[in-house]
Amino acid sequence: MKLNKTTTNTNFEFPKTQTGVEGLDEITEGGFPKGRPTLICGGAGCGKTLLSMQFLIKGILDYNEPGVFMSFEETAPDLTMNVKSLGFDLEKLKQEKKLVIDHVRVERSEIDEAGEYDLEGLFIRLGHAIDTIKAKRVVLDTLESLFAGLDNQAILRAELRRLFMWLKEKGVTAIITGERGEATLTRQGLEEYVSDCVILLDHRVIEQVSTRRIRIVKYRGSTHGTNEYPFLIDEHGISVLPITSLKLDNKVSSEIVPTGIPEINEMFHGGGFYRGSNILVSGTAGTAKTTLAAFFANEQCKRKERVIYFAFEESPDQLIRNMKSIGLNLEQHIKKGLLLIHSSRPSLNGLELHLLTLRKLIKEFKPSAIVIDPISNLISVGSAHEVRSMMVRLIDMLKINNITAMFTSLNQQNENRKPDLAEDSISSLVDTWITVRDMEGIGERNRGIYIIKSRGMHHSNQVREFVITENGVKLLDIEFGPNGILTGVARKTNQLNKKVSELKLQDELNRKDREIIRKRNVLEANIAALRNEFESAQEELNILKANEELQSKLNVQAHTNQKKKK
Amino acid sequence: MKTQQAEWQLRLYIAGQTPKSIMALANIKKYAEELLHGKYTIEIIDLLLNPQLAEGDQILAVPTLVRKVPEPIRKIIGDLSNKEKVLVGLNIKPLTTA
Repeated sequence: MKLNKTTTNTNFEFPKTQTGVEGLDEITEGGFPKGRPTLICGGAGCGKTLLSMQFLIKGILDYNEPGVFMSFEETAPDLTMNVKSLGFDLEKLKQEKKLVIDHVRVERSEIDEAGEYDLEGLFIRLGHAIDTIKAKRVVLDTLESLFAGLDNQAILRAELRRLFMWLKEKGVTAIITGERGEATLTRQGLEEYVSDCVILLDHRVIEQVSTRRIRIVKYRGSTHGTNEYPFLIDEHGISVLPITSLKLDNKVSSEIVPTGIPEINEMFHGGGFYRGSNILVSGTAGTAKTTLAAFFANEQCKRKERVIYFAFEESPDQLIRNMKSIGLNLEQHIKKGLLLIHSSRPSLNGLELHLLTLRKLIKEFKPSAIVIDPISNLISVGSAHEVRSMMVRLIDMLKINNITAMFTSLNQQNENRKPDLAEDSISSLVDTWITVRDMEGIGERNRGIYIIKSRGMHHSNQVREFVITENGVKLLDIEFGPNGILTGVARKTNQLNKKVSELKLQDELNRKDREIIRKRNVLEANIAALRNEFESAQEELNILKANEELQSKLNVQAHTNQKKKK
Repeated sequence: MKTQQAEWQLRLYIAGQTPKSIMALANIKKYAEELLHGKYTIEIIDLLLNPQLAEGDQILAVPTLVRKVPEPIRKIIGDLSNKEKVLVGLNIKPLTTA
């Protein structure tokens, strides 16, 4: 491949052949180098043959590129059998002239060397196979067997060099597998010849849990992911799990998803969670985490949205039964196909396989919300670091798909409220963190719920007491006492006290009312008496005035009479 | 071909008329005439002409001499210049000495 000097590097795209292996194309940024050999090395049982086989089969099925598998170890029937369990039918592909499997048997006891020779026979076989089906992809698994079968290393090495040159000339994208050596990548130093792309597979067991990892050691002419990425082999073959987005540039939604409990909706000023956000519900044992999660799932189903409930503690039936006891009918949603409950034991397999199961189910079911109950059980499977890296990948995947996720986490009961492993590893990753806790008092235990954080939304700072009844979860109104918020019996006592004093007050009021009436009556009586007094005084005065008038009248009459007499 | 009767059935795989092929053919003819006179057949297969035949006898290297009969199948690769090795490989030598 020659770079055209007039084009700038930014416009140039390195020609690549897509592997069709989930995740591998992402970390290689498009696949293996087209028309060049790629070396896959690793120890025994790390999946070299499977990866190469998947490369061929996916090439045939997905990209219509016929392939040749030249096996130096396993026979064609064995290979066919082995990949049949992955759902690939090699016989059919062979009949369709899309695939050639050539088993090259190198049996040392059968072969004697006498004089000069070359490996033209191998070239002819391979060339013939490539030409008959016009193959674009070739796998040589494992060339190193030649070293065990033939003595003349000098010839062998020269011929291998020629083989790789020849493969390049043929323009086929080839995979060469090699067993891992002590100090070198491959036992026979194949990396010397195949220098365009080297991929290392590794299978490690740490604390009884095995993890397979893949790393791109080198990739000439292209950028690539450099980390070790875990990969899995399951019934669909290999899938690599890269951290899906290294940049945090996923789109966000400001749509609100209700929590399923009206009072909790009120605690969030937005009225619920943002769609696509992650919610952690943490708490000690028996604080109704599962109940909250089930209500959340139920609410989403009611809104005709699809939900997957991953239960790591309870079986689906048990969960349904238990939720029925608090008035939650999950069965109807399952029947409608809106809810899927997936139960498994956390110790069933490693974290990576769990993650893969999650991914797979999410891909198939396409939920808009998921519940993982509880996430802390997964933590028992791996170390803090592993859990964190898994959580990052999980949350990334959920964010990209805009899936709202609720995780529950069981906390260790500890005195000073130090965050334990579960919280520590994920609390900074989640957007919303709700804690349910026991509030132990005089001879009773009450449940309290509060929001520790809620990114991008105002939220209540109060600890709300809640009760679980036959009709579901109910948050009680806040009861303030002299020493803060009251719960349980204290709440009841306070309510009683309040009632008593209310009654007393009412009594007092009534009494006062009556008194005032009485007082008014007295007042009115007094007023009447005074008025009477006043009236009699007035009357007296009037009488006096009348007398005087009469007197003066009489006096005038007498005077005139006197004058007349004169 | 009178392979049915021949006590020794040999097959030589070559890839074109390369110096190695020619030498191998000359060598095996010489040894066979010398030691297995009249009791052998040599079949020459040019893989350039018949590439599909390489798979049947599991041919990797060229030239390869295959002893089909007597059983078991033996293969000798190389230009057969080492007479000792060829005879031991084909199990001819002990036969003649015995």
